[in-house]
Amino acid sequence: MNQPRSADDGNLTHLPIRPQGFNGGDGPVLPGPGRQHKNKLYRRDGPASLGMSTLRTTMLHLTTGRVACLLSKRAVVALTNSGARMSSHGHHEVSDSVDMSQPMYWDRLDTPLPDRPWKDVLDSTDKSLKQKEKGPWTALSKEEKIALYRLKFNHTYPEMKRPSHEWKTVIGGMFIFFGITGLVVFWQGHYVYPPQPHTFGEEWQAKQIQRMLDMRVNPIEGFSAQWDYKNKQWK
Amino acid sequence: MFRAVVRLSTSGVRSLARTRPCFSAPLASRCYSHAKVETDEEFDARWVTYFSKPDIDAWELKKGMNTLIGYDLVPEPKILDSALRACRRLNDLASAIRILEAVKDKSGPHKDIYPYLIQELQPTLTELGISTPEDLGMDKL
Repeated sequence: MNQPRSADDGNLTHLPIRPQGFNGGDGPVLPGPGRQHKNKLYRRDGPASLGMSTLRTTMLHLTTGRVACLLSKRAVVALTNSGARMSSHGHHEVSDSVDMSQPMYWDRLDTPLPDRPWKDVLDSTDKSLKQKEKGPWTALSKEEKIALYRLKFNHTYPEMKRPSHEWKTVIGGMFIFFGITGLVVFWQGHYVYPPQPHTFGEEWQAKQIQRMLDMRVNPIEGFSAQWDYKNKQWK
Repeated sequence: MFRAVVRLSTSGVRSLARTRPCFSAPLASRCYSHAKVETDEEFDARWVTYFSKPDIDAWELKKGMNTLIGYDLVPEPKILDSALRACRRLNDLASAIRILEAVKDKSGPHKDIYPYLIQELQPTLTELGISTPEDLGMDKL
């Protein structure tokens, strides 16, 4: 351990075990006296952690606000167009809730005949049409047959299966999220990140690579194998 | 000696396994369920009888149709014929048209099933005066 070592000996015991700057024995730098008692497994990041968490929460509020605005538009559309509740033909419901003790109407592909007809309250023309329905159906015109169908059902099968434009909202929302995240990341990279370690600098990196080549790091298949030692260049 | 013991014990284990209560025929030694499997004809007949009930009520029609559409099959023309006649007894043209829409949807990607059904049901449709959704222009959006 105390013998002098040559530079090119392959052993790395003369290197420091930990990188510079770690105060291994002294413990973390806690932001405030009160927080010390809360959680023993507190993150050891020091003052930067407090800044990061408040930053993250403000960013979260901004993004959730924007997303909530976007989604509320879609939710309003969905709620106002729900056919099950809004038959608008004789249901005097004060609130938006459905009375589940009554037979319900539904438009479902897998359940063609719902518990009640679409239009419950019939006016006189509807009633006379219903009377006519009791006779031979050959006597009904096409319009009357369509009217009878529309009395009983809200949407036809093709109408139930019509495509919606929801995918545009989804993709658009995704891209908005990506954009906001990108802005957050960019801002964070500019304002929050500490200065880069000195080991990232050009000069240091060059010296590091030279050292690795001198040590013959992975000489068979890896790093040093790519270096042409004779011509002092990469293969 | 050990080998003999092992041989005896394994054969003993095997015979123990065989004497599990399988109650199967001597030829088959599998443990399939012994419930009777309904044939297609029995299934069809059962459903035709269901819809042929003279005093069928609206609930029974709804229940029958919803159950039938819930199965993984497209009903045979004779079952649909029986169901359409039940609609006639209940004076319910709209449900008759709905049934036709439903079986078209049940065919899924097999576009040749529905024309076959309409072809088979055409006599009934003309007799009862039921127009198909295509006749009424309701197959388009």
